[in-house]
Amino acid sequence: MPLTREQIAERISHEVKDGYCVNLGIGIPTLVANYIPKNLSVMFQSENGLLGMGPFPSEKDLDPDLINAGKQTVTTVSGASFFSSADSFAMIRGGHIDLTVLGAMEVDETGSIANWMIPGKMIKGMGGAMDLVAGARRVIVAMQHTDKEGRPKLLKKCELPLTGVACVHHVVSDYGVFDITKDGFVLREYAPDLSIEKVVAATSGKIIVHPEVKAIKTGPHSCC
Amino acid sequence: MYRWWRRRGRYCGTDLDMNGFGKVFPDAKSALKDIKDGMTILSGGFGLCGLAENCISAIKELGVKNLTFVSNNAGVDDFGIGILLHTNQVKKMISSYVGENKTFEKQFLSGQLEVELTPQGTLAEKIRAGGAGIPAFFTPTGVGTLVAQGKEVRQIDGRNYVLEKSITGDFAIVKAWKADKFGNLVYRKTARNFNPVMATAGKITVAEVEEIVEIGELDPDNIHTPGVYVNRIFKSKGLEKRIENKTVRNGGN
Repeated sequence: MPLTREQIAERISHEVKDGYCVNLGIGIPTLVANYIPKNLSVMFQSENGLLGMGPFPSEKDLDPDLINAGKQTVTTVSGASFFSSADSFAMIRGGHIDLTVLGAMEVDETGSIANWMIPGKMIKGMGGAMDLVAGARRVIVAMQHTDKEGRPKLLKKCELPLTGVACVHHVVSDYGVFDITKDGFVLREYAPDLSIEKVVAATSGKIIVHPEVKAIKTGPHSCC
Repeated sequence: MYRWWRRRGRYCGTDLDMNGFGKVFPDAKSALKDIKDGMTILSGGFGLCGLAENCISAIKELGVKNLTFVSNNAGVDDFGIGILLHTNQVKKMISSYVGENKTFEKQFLSGQLEVELTPQGTLAEKIRAGGAGIPAFFTPTGVGTLVAQGKEVRQIDGRNYVLEKSITGDFAIVKAWKADKFGNLVYRKTARNFNPVMATAGKITVAEVEEIVEIGELDPDNIHTPGVYVNRIFKSKGLEKRIENKTVRNGGN
Protein backbone atom coordinates (compact mmCIF):
# COMPACT_ATOMS: atom_id res chain seq x y z
CA MET A 1 0.00 0.00 0.00
CA PRO A 2 1.21 3.51 -0.75
CA LEU A 3 1.63 5.86 2.21
CA THR A 4 -1.40 7.66 3.63
CA ARG A 5 -1.49 11.46 3.78
CA GLU A 6 -0.62 11.23 7.47
CA GLN A 7 2.35 8.95 6.78
CA ILE A 8 3.68 11.35 4.13
CA ALA A 9 3.42 14.19 6.66
CA GLU A 10 5.07 12.07 9.35
CA ARG A 11 7.98 11.16 7.06
CA ILE A 12 8.49 14.84 6.15
CA SER A 13 8.58 15.71 9.85
CA HIS A 14 11.86 13.73 10.04
CA GLU A 15 13.44 16.42 7.85
CA VAL A 16 12.66 19.19 10.32
CA LYS A 17 15.68 20.00 12.47
CA ASP A 18 16.03 21.66 15.84
CA GLY A 19 15.98 25.46 15.52
CA TYR A 20 14.27 25.54 12.12
CA CYS A 21 11.82 28.21 10.97
CA VAL A 22 9.37 26.40 8.71
CA ASN A 23 6.56 27.44 6.37
CA LEU A 24 3.93 24.79 5.71
CA GLY A 25 1.56 24.98 2.76
CA ILE A 26 -2.09 23.95 2.67
CA GLY A 27 -3.14 20.26 2.61
CA ILE A 28 -0.71 17.46 3.53
CA PRO A 29 2.02 20.01 4.47
CA THR A 30 -0.20 21.42 7.24
CA LEU A 31 -0.29 17.95 8.85
CA VAL A 32 3.52 17.94 9.25
CA ALA A 33 3.17 20.16 12.33
CA ASN A 34 1.33 17.33 14.12
CA TYR A 35 4.41 15.09 13.99
CA ILE A 36 7.14 17.44 15.23
CA PRO A 37 8.48 15.98 18.50
CA LYS A 38 8.05 18.16 21.57
CA ASN A 39 11.79 18.28 22.28
CA LEU A 40 12.53 20.12 19.02
CA SER A 41 12.39 23.92 18.99
CA VAL A 42 10.65 24.82 15.75
CA MET A 43 8.91 28.05 14.74
CA PHE A 44 6.19 27.87 12.11
CA GLN A 45 5.83 30.84 9.81
CA SER A 46 2.53 31.81 8.25
CA GLU A 47 3.06 34.16 5.31
CA ASN A 48 0.16 36.44 6.24
CA GLY A 49 2.44 37.82 8.96
CA LEU A 50 3.08 35.43 11.86
CA LEU A 51 6.20 33.63 13.02
CA GLY A 52 5.43 31.28 15.90
CA MET A 53 2.08 29.80 14.86
CA GLY A 54 0.46 27.44 17.35
CA PRO A 55 -2.34 24.87 17.04
CA PHE A 56 -6.00 25.62 16.32
CA PRO A 57 -7.70 27.46 19.20
CA SER A 58 -10.34 26.14 21.52
CA GLU A 59 -13.80 27.63 20.97
CA LYS A 60 -13.30 30.26 23.68
CA ASP A 61 -9.97 31.46 22.24
CA LEU A 62 -11.25 32.04 18.69
CA ASP A 63 -9.95 35.38 17.44
CA PRO A 64 -10.90 36.76 14.01
CA ASP A 65 -7.68 38.81 14.06
CA LEU A 66 -5.54 35.69 14.35
CA ILE A 67 -5.52 33.45 11.27
CA ASN A 68 -3.06 31.49 9.15
CA ALA A 69 -2.42 31.69 5.42
CA GLY A 70 -5.28 29.24 4.82
CA LYS A 71 -7.56 31.76 6.61
CA GLN A 72 -8.04 29.28 9.46
CA THR A 73 -8.18 30.52 13.03
CA VAL A 74 -4.96 29.66 14.89
CA THR A 75 -3.05 30.51 18.08
CA THR A 76 0.47 31.73 18.81
CA VAL A 77 3.29 30.06 20.76
CA SER A 78 5.57 31.94 23.15
CA GLY A 79 8.20 33.86 21.26
CA ALA A 80 5.82 34.57 18.39
CA SER A 81 5.87 37.81 16.38
CA PHE A 82 3.52 39.59 13.99
CA PHE A 83 4.64 41.60 10.97
CA SER A 84 3.40 43.00 7.68
CA SER A 85 3.11 41.05 4.43
CA ALA A 86 6.13 42.95 3.04
CA ASP A 87 8.25 41.90 6.04
CA SER A 88 6.90 38.37 5.81
CA PHE A 89 8.04 37.98 2.22
CA ALA A 90 11.32 39.74 2.91
CA MET A 91 11.98 36.93 5.36
CA ILE A 92 10.91 34.32 2.80
CA ARG A 93 12.64 35.77 -0.27
CA GLY A 94 15.72 36.73 1.71
CA GLY A 95 16.47 33.11 2.57
CA HIS A 96 15.65 33.30 6.27
CA ILE A 97 13.11 30.47 6.24
CA ASP A 98 14.92 27.14 6.61
CA LEU A 99 12.31 24.92 5.05
CA THR A 100 9.06 25.12 3.13
CA VAL A 101 6.78 22.16 2.49
CA LEU A 102 4.20 22.50 -0.24
CA GLY A 103 1.92 20.45 -2.41
CA ALA A 104 2.26 20.04 -6.18
CA MET A 105 0.38 18.85 -9.22
CA GLU A 106 3.63 18.10 -11.06
CA VAL A 107 7.37 18.05 -10.32
CA ASP A 108 9.97 17.33 -12.96
CA GLU A 109 13.46 15.80 -12.95
CA THR A 110 15.10 19.25 -12.88
CA GLY A 111 13.18 20.22 -9.73
CA SER A 112 10.70 22.52 -11.46
CA ILE A 113 7.27 22.54 -9.88
CA ALA A 114 3.72 23.28 -11.08
CA ASN A 115 1.04 23.77 -8.44
CA TRP A 116 -1.04 26.87 -9.11
CA MET A 117 -2.91 26.71 -12.35
CA ILE A 118 -4.71 24.37 -14.73
CA PRO A 119 -5.37 26.47 -17.86
CA GLY A 120 -9.09 26.84 -18.55
CA LYS A 121 -10.04 25.02 -15.35
CA MET A 122 -8.56 26.35 -12.16
CA ILE A 123 -7.77 30.01 -11.75
CA LYS A 124 -7.22 30.69 -8.10
CA GLY A 125 -3.82 32.33 -8.13
CA MET A 126 -0.40 31.41 -6.84
CA GLY A 127 -0.66 33.11 -3.45
CA GLY A 128 2.77 32.96 -1.84
CA ALA A 129 3.95 29.73 -3.50
CA MET A 130 6.22 31.36 -6.12
CA ASP A 131 7.99 33.42 -3.45
CA LEU A 132 8.36 30.42 -1.16
CA VAL A 133 9.99 28.20 -3.79
CA ALA A 134 12.24 31.08 -4.88
CA GLY A 135 13.37 32.00 -1.40
CA ALA A 136 13.20 29.20 1.18
CA ARG A 137 16.52 27.46 1.82
CA ARG A 138 15.05 23.99 1.37
CA VAL A 139 11.94 23.07 -0.59
CA ILE A 140 10.16 19.75 0.05
CA VAL A 141 7.14 18.76 -2.00
CA ALA A 142 4.44 16.55 -0.48
CA MET A 143 2.31 14.96 -3.20
CA GLN A 144 0.50 11.97 -4.59
CA HIS A 145 2.80 10.05 -6.91
CA THR A 146 0.21 9.51 -9.65
CA ASP A 147 -3.07 11.13 -10.70
CA LYS A 148 -6.48 9.48 -10.42
CA GLU A 149 -5.90 7.57 -13.68
CA GLY A 150 -2.54 6.30 -12.42
CA ARG A 151 -0.45 8.60 -14.64
CA PRO A 152 2.86 9.78 -13.17
CA LYS A 153 3.10 13.26 -11.66
CA LEU A 154 6.90 13.07 -11.38
CA LEU A 155 7.79 13.96 -14.94
CA LYS A 156 10.59 14.62 -17.38
CA LYS A 157 9.21 18.10 -17.91
CA CYS A 158 6.23 19.79 -16.22
CA GLU A 159 3.29 20.30 -18.57
CA LEU A 160 1.29 22.74 -16.44
CA PRO A 161 2.32 26.40 -15.94
CA LEU A 162 5.30 26.50 -13.58
CA THR A 163 5.44 27.86 -10.05
CA GLY A 164 9.23 27.78 -10.00
CA VAL A 165 12.16 26.54 -12.05
CA ALA A 166 14.70 24.04 -10.66
CA CYS A 167 13.87 24.85 -7.06
CA VAL A 168 12.62 21.61 -5.41
CA HIS A 169 15.14 19.70 -3.30
CA HIS A 170 13.12 16.66 -2.22
CA VAL A 171 9.80 15.00 -3.02
CA VAL A 172 7.95 12.84 -0.53
CA SER A 173 5.10 11.06 -2.28
CA ASP A 174 2.88 8.19 -1.26
CA TYR A 175 5.34 5.99 -3.21
CA GLY A 176 8.69 7.15 -1.89
CA VAL A 177 11.27 9.74 -0.88
CA PHE A 178 13.26 11.34 -3.70
CA ASP A 179 16.17 13.75 -3.89
CA ILE A 180 16.39 15.95 -6.95
CA THR A 181 19.91 16.05 -8.34
CA LYS A 182 21.52 17.01 -11.63
CA ASP A 183 20.98 13.38 -12.65
CA GLY A 184 17.22 13.59 -12.06
CA PHE A 185 15.17 11.91 -9.33
CA VAL A 186 17.11 9.74 -6.89
CA LEU A 187 14.97 7.20 -5.05
CA ARG A 188 16.17 7.10 -1.44
CA GLU A 189 13.26 5.33 0.24
CA TYR A 190 10.18 3.51 -0.99
CA ALA A 191 6.79 2.81 0.59
CA PRO A 192 7.20 -0.44 2.55
CA ASP A 193 4.54 -2.37 0.65
CA LEU A 194 5.65 -1.34 -2.84
CA SER A 195 8.50 -2.77 -4.85
CA ILE A 196 11.32 -0.54 -6.11
CA GLU A 197 10.37 -1.60 -9.65
CA LYS A 198 6.82 -0.37 -9.17
CA VAL A 199 8.01 3.02 -7.89
CA VAL A 200 10.40 3.40 -10.82
CA ALA A 201 7.71 2.35 -13.30
CA ALA A 202 5.30 4.96 -11.90
CA THR A 203 7.85 7.77 -12.44
CA SER A 204 8.27 9.23 -15.90
CA GLY A 205 11.32 11.46 -15.43
CA LYS A 206 14.92 10.25 -15.23
CA ILE A 207 15.23 8.21 -12.04
CA ILE A 208 18.19 6.56 -10.31
CA VAL A 209 17.85 4.12 -7.43
CA HIS A 210 20.23 5.10 -4.64
CA PRO A 211 22.67 2.29 -3.78
CA GLU A 212 21.52 2.42 -0.15
CA VAL A 213 17.80 2.58 -0.94
CA LYS A 214 15.58 1.33 1.87
CA ALA A 215 11.94 1.04 2.86
CA ILE A 216 10.45 4.15 4.45
CA LYS A 217 10.44 3.94 8.20
CA THR A 218 7.12 5.33 9.28
CA GLY A 219 6.52 6.14 12.90
CA PRO A 220 7.85 8.85 15.15
CA HIS A 221 10.84 11.11 14.54
CA SER A 222 14.13 9.20 14.89
CA CYS A 223 15.44 11.56 17.55
CA CYS A 224 13.02 10.37 20.24
CA MET B 1 9.37 62.82 25.24
CA TYR B 2 6.06 62.67 23.41
CA ARG B 3 4.37 64.49 26.26
CA TRP B 4 6.84 67.25 25.61
CA TRP B 5 5.81 67.27 21.97
CA ARG B 6 2.16 67.57 22.98
CA ARG B 7 2.94 70.56 25.12
CA ARG B 8 5.04 72.12 22.44
CA GLY B 9 2.14 71.78 20.04
CA ARG B 10 0.00 73.74 22.41
CA TYR B 11 2.64 76.38 22.93
CA CYS B 12 2.81 76.88 19.17
CA GLY B 13 -0.87 77.62 19.14
CA THR B 14 -1.78 74.34 17.43
CA ASP B 15 -3.86 72.33 19.79
CA LEU B 16 -2.87 68.79 18.90
CA ASP B 17 -5.42 67.38 21.32
CA MET B 18 -8.25 69.01 19.42
CA ASN B 19 -7.93 67.28 16.04
CA GLY B 20 -5.38 69.89 14.89
CA PHE B 21 -4.48 67.86 11.81
CA GLY B 22 -8.04 67.64 10.55
CA LYS B 23 -7.76 63.94 9.89
CA VAL B 24 -10.72 62.66 11.87
CA PHE B 25 -13.86 62.05 9.80
CA PRO B 26 -17.29 61.01 11.07
CA ASP B 27 -17.65 57.93 8.87
CA ALA B 28 -16.45 56.02 5.81
CA LYS B 29 -18.67 57.87 3.34
CA SER B 30 -17.33 61.29 4.29
CA ALA B 31 -13.73 60.01 4.31
CA LEU B 32 -14.17 58.62 0.79
CA LYS B 33 -16.39 61.40 -0.61
CA ASP B 34 -14.02 62.43 -3.42
CA ILE B 35 -13.45 58.94 -4.77
CA LYS B 36 -14.08 58.90 -8.54
CA ASP B 37 -14.81 56.47 -11.35
CA GLY B 38 -11.73 54.72 -12.73
CA MET B 39 -9.56 55.20 -9.66
CA THR B 40 -7.08 52.68 -8.28
CA ILE B 41 -7.85 51.57 -4.72
CA LEU B 42 -5.30 49.77 -2.56
CA SER B 43 -7.06 47.62 0.01
CA GLY B 44 -5.44 46.08 3.09
CA GLY B 45 -6.54 42.77 4.54
CA PHE B 46 -5.78 39.09 4.09
CA GLY B 47 -8.94 37.25 3.20
CA LEU B 48 -11.52 38.82 5.50
CA CYS B 49 -8.98 39.50 8.26
CA GLY B 50 -8.01 43.12 8.80
CA LEU B 51 -10.43 44.32 6.15
CA ALA B 52 -11.71 47.92 5.97
CA GLU B 53 -15.35 46.76 6.03
CA ASN B 54 -17.02 50.18 6.35
CA CYS B 55 -14.89 51.56 3.49
CA ILE B 56 -16.01 48.80 1.16
CA SER B 57 -19.68 49.35 2.06
CA ALA B 58 -19.23 53.09 1.50
CA ILE B 59 -17.70 52.53 -1.95
CA LYS B 60 -20.74 50.40 -2.79
CA GLU B 61 -23.06 53.20 -1.63
CA LEU B 62 -21.12 55.90 -3.44
CA GLY B 63 -21.63 53.85 -6.61
CA VAL B 64 -18.28 54.67 -8.26
CA LYS B 65 -17.42 52.38 -11.16
CA ASN B 66 -14.52 51.02 -13.24
CA LEU B 67 -12.32 50.74 -10.17
CA THR B 68 -9.00 48.93 -10.12
CA PHE B 69 -8.59 47.12 -6.83
CA VAL B 70 -5.18 46.12 -5.55
CA SER B 71 -5.85 43.58 -2.83
CA ASN B 72 -4.33 40.24 -1.93
CA ASN B 73 -7.75 38.56 -2.20
CA ALA B 74 -11.15 39.31 -3.68
CA GLY B 75 -13.23 38.57 -0.60
CA VAL B 76 -15.98 35.96 -0.62
CA ASP B 77 -19.24 36.10 -2.58
CA ASP B 78 -21.18 38.19 -0.08
CA PHE B 79 -18.45 39.93 1.89
CA GLY B 80 -15.37 42.06 1.34
CA ILE B 81 -14.56 43.12 -2.22
CA GLY B 82 -17.00 40.41 -3.32
CA ILE B 83 -19.88 42.84 -2.74
CA LEU B 84 -18.34 45.32 -5.22
CA LEU B 85 -18.06 42.57 -7.82
CA HIS B 86 -21.80 41.92 -7.48
CA THR B 87 -22.50 45.58 -8.23
CA ASN B 88 -20.05 45.52 -11.19
CA GLN B 89 -18.01 48.39 -9.77
CA VAL B 90 -14.66 46.67 -10.25
CA LYS B 91 -12.97 46.68 -13.66
CA LYS B 92 -9.68 45.14 -12.68
CA MET B 93 -8.17 43.23 -9.75
CA ILE B 94 -4.50 42.88 -8.91
CA SER B 95 -4.33 39.99 -6.44
CA SER B 96 -2.36 36.89 -5.50
CA TYR B 97 -5.16 34.49 -4.60
CA VAL B 98 -8.82 34.67 -5.52
CA GLY B 99 -9.95 31.09 -4.92
CA GLU B 100 -12.65 31.93 -2.39
CA ASN B 101 -14.99 33.81 -4.67
CA LYS B 102 -17.35 32.27 -7.25
CA THR B 103 -18.60 35.63 -8.61
CA PHE B 104 -15.00 36.49 -9.25
CA GLU B 105 -14.38 33.31 -11.18
CA LYS B 106 -17.52 33.80 -13.28
CA GLN B 107 -16.70 37.42 -14.16
CA PHE B 108 -13.09 36.54 -14.90
CA LEU B 109 -13.92 33.61 -17.18
CA SER B 110 -16.51 35.70 -19.06
CA GLY B 111 -13.94 38.45 -19.63
CA GLN B 112 -15.95 41.03 -17.68
CA LEU B 113 -13.24 41.36 -15.05
CA GLU B 114 -9.60 41.98 -15.82
CA VAL B 115 -7.24 40.19 -13.46
CA GLU B 116 -3.53 40.47 -12.86
CA LEU B 117 -2.45 37.54 -10.71
CA THR B 118 0.72 38.49 -8.88
CA PRO B 119 2.81 36.42 -6.46
CA GLN B 120 1.99 37.50 -2.92
CA GLY B 121 5.52 38.61 -2.03
CA THR B 122 5.89 40.48 -5.31
CA LEU B 123 2.54 42.19 -4.67
CA ALA B 124 3.61 43.26 -1.18
CA GLU B 125 6.95 44.51 -2.47
CA LYS B 126 5.38 46.36 -5.44
CA ILE B 127 3.32 48.37 -2.99
CA ARG B 128 6.10 48.77 -0.45
CA ALA B 129 8.36 50.07 -3.24
CA GLY B 130 5.56 52.29 -4.57
CA GLY B 131 5.18 53.92 -1.18
CA ALA B 132 8.94 54.24 -0.76
CA GLY B 133 9.65 56.01 -4.06
CA ILE B 134 11.24 53.00 -5.79
CA PRO B 135 9.75 52.64 -9.31
CA ALA B 136 10.77 49.01 -9.93
CA PHE B 137 12.89 46.23 -8.47
CA PHE B 138 14.45 42.88 -9.40
CA THR B 139 13.10 39.77 -7.67
CA PRO B 140 13.86 36.06 -8.04
CA THR B 141 10.15 35.24 -7.66
CA GLY B 142 8.48 34.02 -10.84
CA VAL B 143 11.58 33.72 -13.05
CA GLY B 144 10.84 31.18 -15.79
CA THR B 145 7.06 31.28 -15.18
CA LEU B 146 4.08 33.02 -16.81
CA VAL B 147 4.58 35.89 -14.35
CA ALA B 148 7.88 36.86 -15.99
CA GLN B 149 6.51 36.88 -19.55
CA GLY B 150 7.23 40.17 -21.33
CA LYS B 151 9.32 41.49 -18.45
CA GLU B 152 13.04 42.14 -18.34
CA VAL B 153 15.05 39.31 -16.78
CA ARG B 154 18.58 40.13 -15.70
CA GLN B 155 21.34 37.98 -14.31
CA ILE B 156 22.93 39.47 -11.21
CA ASP B 157 25.79 37.60 -9.55
CA GLY B 158 24.87 34.42 -11.38
CA ARG B 159 21.14 34.30 -10.59
CA ASN B 160 18.22 35.43 -12.74
CA TYR B 161 15.81 38.10 -11.53
CA VAL B 162 12.71 39.59 -13.09
CA LEU B 163 12.04 43.34 -13.15
CA GLU B 164 8.75 44.21 -11.46
CA LYS B 165 7.22 47.70 -11.49
CA SER B 166 5.89 49.18 -8.29
CA ILE B 167 2.28 50.18 -7.59
CA THR B 168 0.68 53.26 -6.06
CA GLY B 169 -3.00 54.09 -5.73
CA ASP B 170 -5.40 57.03 -5.71
CA PHE B 171 -6.81 55.81 -2.41
CA ALA B 172 -5.60 53.30 0.14
CA ILE B 173 -8.20 51.84 2.49
CA VAL B 174 -6.74 50.20 5.57
CA LYS B 175 -8.07 48.77 8.79
CA ALA B 176 -6.22 49.28 12.08
CA TRP B 177 -6.97 48.54 15.70
CA LYS B 178 -6.15 51.97 17.11
CA ALA B 179 -5.28 55.36 15.73
CA ASP B 180 -4.40 58.62 17.40
CA LYS B 181 -5.64 61.86 15.89
CA PHE B 182 -2.38 62.37 13.99
CA GLY B 183 -3.04 59.07 12.21
CA ASN B 184 -0.42 56.93 13.94
CA LEU B 185 -1.74 53.38 13.59
CA VAL B 186 -1.49 50.20 15.62
CA TYR B 187 -2.72 46.91 14.17
CA ARG B 188 -3.75 43.81 16.05
CA LYS B 189 -2.22 40.33 15.46
CA THR B 190 -2.46 39.01 11.90
CA ALA B 191 -4.98 41.74 11.02
CA ARG B 192 -1.82 43.74 10.23
CA ASN B 193 -0.97 41.81 7.01
CA PHE B 194 -1.10 44.10 3.93
CA ASN B 195 -2.43 47.13 5.81
CA PRO B 196 0.88 48.88 6.69
CA VAL B 197 2.17 48.54 3.12
CA MET B 198 -1.06 49.76 1.51
CA ALA B 199 -1.10 52.72 3.90
CA THR B 200 2.21 53.98 2.49
CA ALA B 201 1.19 53.91 -1.17
CA GLY B 202 -2.14 55.74 -1.42
CA LYS B 203 -2.32 59.38 -2.55
CA ILE B 204 -5.05 59.55 0.05
CA THR B 205 -4.90 56.93 2.79
CA VAL B 206 -8.08 56.31 4.75
CA ALA B 207 -7.75 54.36 7.99
CA GLU B 208 -10.80 52.63 9.45
CA VAL B 209 -10.09 51.92 13.12
CA GLU B 210 -11.73 50.36 16.16
CA GLU B 211 -10.66 53.14 18.50
CA ILE B 212 -9.42 56.71 18.10
CA VAL B 213 -7.30 58.05 20.96
CA GLU B 214 -5.77 61.41 21.73
CA ILE B 215 -2.34 62.32 20.42
CA GLY B 216 0.23 61.15 22.96
CA GLU B 217 -1.72 58.14 24.15
CA LEU B 218 0.01 55.65 21.87
CA ASP B 219 3.54 54.58 22.77
CA PRO B 220 5.87 55.95 20.04
CA ASP B 221 7.94 52.77 20.32
CA ASN B 222 4.94 50.70 19.28
CA ILE B 223 3.53 52.56 16.29
CA HIS B 224 3.22 50.31 13.22
CA THR B 225 2.27 53.01 10.69
CA PRO B 226 3.56 56.53 11.40
CA GLY B 227 0.86 59.18 10.98
CA VAL B 228 2.57 60.86 8.03
CA TYR B 229 1.14 58.16 5.78
CA VAL B 230 -2.44 58.55 6.95
CA ASN B 231 -4.70 61.35 5.68
CA ARG B 232 -8.10 60.43 7.04
CA ILE B 233 -9.27 58.41 10.03
CA PHE B 234 -12.72 57.32 11.12
CA LYS B 235 -14.10 54.99 13.74
CA SER B 236 -15.55 51.81 12.29
CA LYS B 237 -19.22 51.11 12.97
CA GLY B 238 -20.82 47.67 13.22
CA LEU B 239 -17.59 45.89 12.36
CA GLU B 240 -18.46 42.28 11.60
CA LYS B 241 -14.95 40.74 11.56
CA ARG B 242 -16.26 37.64 9.88
CA ILE B 243 -14.17 34.47 10.29
CA GLU B 244 -13.63 32.89 6.90
CA ASN B 245 -12.51 29.46 8.02
CA LYS B 246 -13.35 28.71 11.64
CA THR B 247 -11.17 25.90 12.94
CA VAL B 248 -10.99 24.66 16.52
CA ARG B 249 -8.91 21.91 18.05
CA ASN B 250 -10.46 18.54 18.83
CA GLY B 251 -11.88 18.14 22.32
CA GLY B 252 -8.99 16.71 24.37
CA ASN B 253 -6.02 18.24 22.53
